[in-house]
Amino acid sequence: MVVAAALIDPQGDSVPVRYKSEVKNLSFYYGSFSALKNINMPLHEKQVTALIGPSGCGKSTFLRCFNRMHDLYPGNRYVGEIVLHPDNVDILSRAVDPIEVRMRISMVFQKPNPFPKSIYENVAYGLRVRGIRQRAILDEKVEEALRDAALWDEAKDRLNELAFNLSGGQQQRLCIARALATDPEILLFDEPTSALDPIATASIEELITDLKDKVTILIVTHNMQQAARVSDYTAYMYLGELIEFDVTDNIFIKPKNKQTEDYITGRFG
Amino acid sequence: MPLPVTTQSSDVPSRSKSLGYSYRRHLGERAIETLLFLMASLSVAITLAIVVMLVKESIVFFEHVSIWDFLTDTQWTPLFDDAHYGILPLVSGTVVSSGVALLVAIPLGTITAIYLSEFAPFSVREIAKPFLELLGGVPTVVYGYFALLFVTPLLQKIIPGLPGFSLLSAGLVMGIMIIPYVSSMAEDAMRAVPMNLREGSYAMGATKFQTAIRVVMPAAFSGIAAAYILGISRAVGETMVVAVAAGMQPNLTWNPTEPAATITAYIVQVSLGDLPHGSVGYQTIFAAGLTLLLLTLAFNIVGHVLRKRYREVY
Amino acid sequence: MRGDQDLSEIRSIIARHKAWDLIFMIVGVFVLMIALLTFMALFAHMLIDGSPRLTWDFFTSFPSRRPGSAGILSAWIGTTLVMVVTAVAAVPLGIGAGIYLEEYAAKNIITEIIEINVTNLAGIPSIIYGLLALGLFVHQFGFGQSILSAGLALALLILPVVIVATRESIRAIPVAIREGAYALGATKWQTVSDHLLPYSAAGILTGVIIGLARAIGETAPIITIGALTFIAFLPPAPFKDEFPFLSFEWLMAPFTVMPIQMFNWVSRPEEAFQVNAAAAGLILVVMTLTMNALAIYLRYRMRKNIKW
Repeated sequence: MVVAAALIDPQGDSVPVRYKSEVKNLSFYYGSFSALKNINMPLHEKQVTALIGPSGCGKSTFLRCFNRMHDLYPGNRYVGEIVLHPDNVDILSRAVDPIEVRMRISMVFQKPNPFPKSIYENVAYGLRVRGIRQRAILDEKVEEALRDAALWDEAKDRLNELAFNLSGGQQQRLCIARALATDPEILLFDEPTSALDPIATASIEELITDLKDKVTILIVTHNMQQAARVSDYTAYMYLGELIEFDVTDNIFIKPKNKQTEDYITGRFG
Repeated sequence: MPLPVTTQSSDVPSRSKSLGYSYRRHLGERAIETLLFLMASLSVAITLAIVVMLVKESIVFFEHVSIWDFLTDTQWTPLFDDAHYGILPLVSGTVVSSGVALLVAIPLGTITAIYLSEFAPFSVREIAKPFLELLGGVPTVVYGYFALLFVTPLLQKIIPGLPGFSLLSAGLVMGIMIIPYVSSMAEDAMRAVPMNLREGSYAMGATKFQTAIRVVMPAAFSGIAAAYILGISRAVGETMVVAVAAGMQPNLTWNPTEPAATITAYIVQVSLGDLPHGSVGYQTIFAAGLTLLLLTLAFNIVGHVLRKRYREVY
Repeated sequence: MRGDQDLSEIRSIIARHKAWDLIFMIVGVFVLMIALLTFMALFAHMLIDGSPRLTWDFFTSFPSRRPGSAGILSAWIGTTLVMVVTAVAAVPLGIGAGIYLEEYAAKNIITEIIEINVTNLAGIPSIIYGLLALGLFVHQFGFGQSILSAGLALALLILPVVIVATRESIRAIPVAIREGAYALGATKWQTVSDHLLPYSAAGILTGVIIGLARAIGETAPIITIGALTFIAFLPPAPFKDEFPFLSFEWLMAPFTVMPIQMFNWVSRPEEAFQVNAAAAGLILVVMTLTMNALAIYLRYRMRKNIKW
């Protein structure tokens, strides 16, 4: 049922929707605590998918599986698969290097976390990590990423300034530029606006909508209106389980599941 | 059965009386606060006393010896008949022994700090940290013994003709002795770097080493600089290792394989003898001490400026 | 498919970077081993050289011109008495200053000066404290080259350690505890003495032990005040038969301490004296390591037990 519904293109036309990734029977454990329980869900290419649910439901945990951030801490265990297309590889497989996964799937964090470096070096970081040293390539990529992140006009005259001098919203756009500079295949957002004021939030949301022409986006948000505004697909999670996944409009207008409806309408208890 | 309600019981004293302002209690509190303040101010008094004591005796010293001679004469022989009062030989000894020590302590201390903060598994860190702390607690005279009777003979096998006292041997042991100071402070600074900065780097596909070098170290720069400064002050002010293992003969040299006295070793040498209070010899150790204090002060000011300029903003 | 760089290129870059990770891991372990092995060598060297001298006689004999019959009686008694003076002076002063800075001090320029000053004091070389003690205690105050002068010199030296330990322990107590006490009508001093001090006692004790361990091993400041190195007698006993049963004559007595005794023996050319030095060094290291280990253990237990 769920998968069938997901195959409907949100725009309603008949262009076949391709999967960028498919999550198959994913469970995740912090030690013996089971944080995610048997999740199945696709990620549509060049679309925005939102993860919503009450705090502690596992949506951030789920997001961080996509770039293997959990590998950084001991005692974490994945079960199941996240298949990345078109290569058709399971990125959770032990044979796959988490570093390679992170080079292909970028992430923007809840709190802006620019490095204590200049604006330029922040954006160039991912490229330098890949061993790119030629100034011309770096210059070009940095400018492109800053333009894509709608920060170029504000930052072009202060590229060598410390990134901390930027405002909170600018810092978050810098982090987005940093993530974009390496042409990722999927961009993960972990509540990217929760530390920002409403105006900065609006500009980030606009940016996310613009970015989906370039990249597949998965976003965790605690704000249902935000999910409704920016996403094409929405997944509702509760206590580590995926309760409902569907085209965003369906989730918000005619959810199939009673729990989803209660949460959406604010009757969640 | 309902309890009788009384507004005032005879055996409980009236509360309204004790609600007034108690001058006695107030006075007692003030007295305690003043006493505690005096205790805290004592630290300032100590600093002032140090400065006054060193400057006072040095002024008398500089009535005998011109500052020009003190800074430019290349011999330090205050206890000889043909007395020379050039501080340079003592400074060169101090600089060379500290230089050797820092060549050991700064790289090894930094590597240890990075390893413990970013690489070591929890269990290794839990054992290594207290162990390093213990190393820092070994008395320096014991390190002096070790330099003289273990390291020097060992070095003599590698460098034939190395004398029994040398700046090299003292410096090497001093360096190992200082590693724990540098590593523990630098590690604290690196561990204070918030996890979300590291995650930002890992999320870009960086390895541990890249994250440590490119993100964690720059973020912890001011703390690491402070650790280096601490290491330098320790090396410059270290006394017993050099007094035991480097010899106590003032010797203007930049060659670490030679014996030479440091500022501190000279003070020890004079103190071991019996110099009358008020003699020029007695005053020389205060002039030497003042030089040492100014040296460490200079490093501390550099450290302070570095900290101010590169203060962490996370 | 991925623009400028294809997957195999990325993989070779990752492999190269991971090699660096591995190299650094090996270097890190190696460097830790250097520190470990140095300590092992130091301890083993002293143990091999010094252990034959570790007899009961060594503890009960005075220093002597004949290395075979020399002992550390006057040294360990001197160390004990100097530590008593140091602890009596540094502990109350350090705790008092720590309480003031943490609980009473207003945020003003005087407080800031005191705070910067405490930090700076910790960075002053120990031999400078010796010069201060020489000028101030030995000559100005006329205490002479006595246990009192030495104890006070070391007390000044470890004062910053006690102050910092006190401040950190008190700071770790949550505001709710203070508010709870004030809400019951306690005065500031009652809050401090009934709550903050008892709750931070373990942390302060840790700092005091670390400070005293450092003081026990300090040699330079004591040499500077001109402590004699050949002392073949004991200071007057602190207890006596008639009232008030306590005597303070020992405060003014000349003395020697363990590290000085060791330094004295190390500087002798005869190998037999260096054996004595090894034995004395062994005792000194065991003493300081035991104290430091105790402090580390206390801190470890505190971290496990106290969860505010």
